[in-house]
Amino acid sequence: MRPQPQPAPTPYTPYHPRWYRTPVSTYWWMHRWVYFRFVLRELTSFGAAYFCVMTLLLVRALSKGPQAFEAFEVRLASPFFICMTVIALLLALFHTSTWFSLSAHAMVVRIGGTRVPGILIVAGNYAAWLVVSAILAWFLLR
Amino acid sequence: MTKRPIEPFLWTLFSGGGVMAAFFAPVLLFLLFLAFPLGLFHAPSYDALHSFVAMPLVRLVLFVLCSVPLFHWAHRFRYTLYDGLQIKHLNEFIDILCYGGAIVGTLLAALLLWNFS
Repeated sequence: MRPQPQPAPTPYTPYHPRWYRTPVSTYWWMHRWVYFRFVLRELTSFGAAYFCVMTLLLVRALSKGPQAFEAFEVRLASPFFICMTVIALLLALFHTSTWFSLSAHAMVVRIGGTRVPGILIVAGNYAAWLVVSAILAWFLLR
Repeated sequence: MTKRPIEPFLWTLFSGGGVMAAFFAPVLLFLLFLAFPLGLFHAPSYDALHSFVAMPLVRLVLFVLCSVPLFHWAHRFRYTLYDGLQIKHLNEFIDILCYGGAIVGTLLAALLLWNFS
């Protein structure tokens, strides 16, 4: 007896009900501190992008010669760039703190079968960050 | 929502860029773009900085440090636009803007660091 051909499976048609959704204001994130902090955390990406772009511009100025480098340093000291750098720096610091807090959930470290508590992972990240920052500062300031 | 098989790769770049930005951005932003131009500390001379950046290994590190965080920016800014402005329907345009920007930045970084003189 030959096996009966299986009937082709009917394609699943998703049923889309017409949802009623209350319209959310574009400014929803301004209503509560936690929402605002969430959007602020997303905006920290500006700090990262600013860091990349400015470092590349610094490299370009270095490549062009001492005069171009001097002009670049003068422009960096202008009120506009000081404001931008301060904003980027504050966002970068906020990114560092939120990223390290997150690492306690993202990194599961086990020593001898027991999970290392999150607070130690966060503390370890901060310690490593301080060491890295101190080495870079020492290198640039010596 | 569109299927993105590339999503895990983009998320890896997001994560790697996040680590780099978390560790290196604060101290370098403060020293290179705030303290030195304002003369708060004794800045390294042009010659010292130039000969440091001229080293191939340093340029390789700078390339990674100036490109991967751009993808961190792209990934996060994409969601900022989706959530903050609720413009998810423009996702093709936003993706091109964000990841395209990061790709252009990476290419410019490679060009700049390769041709460093």
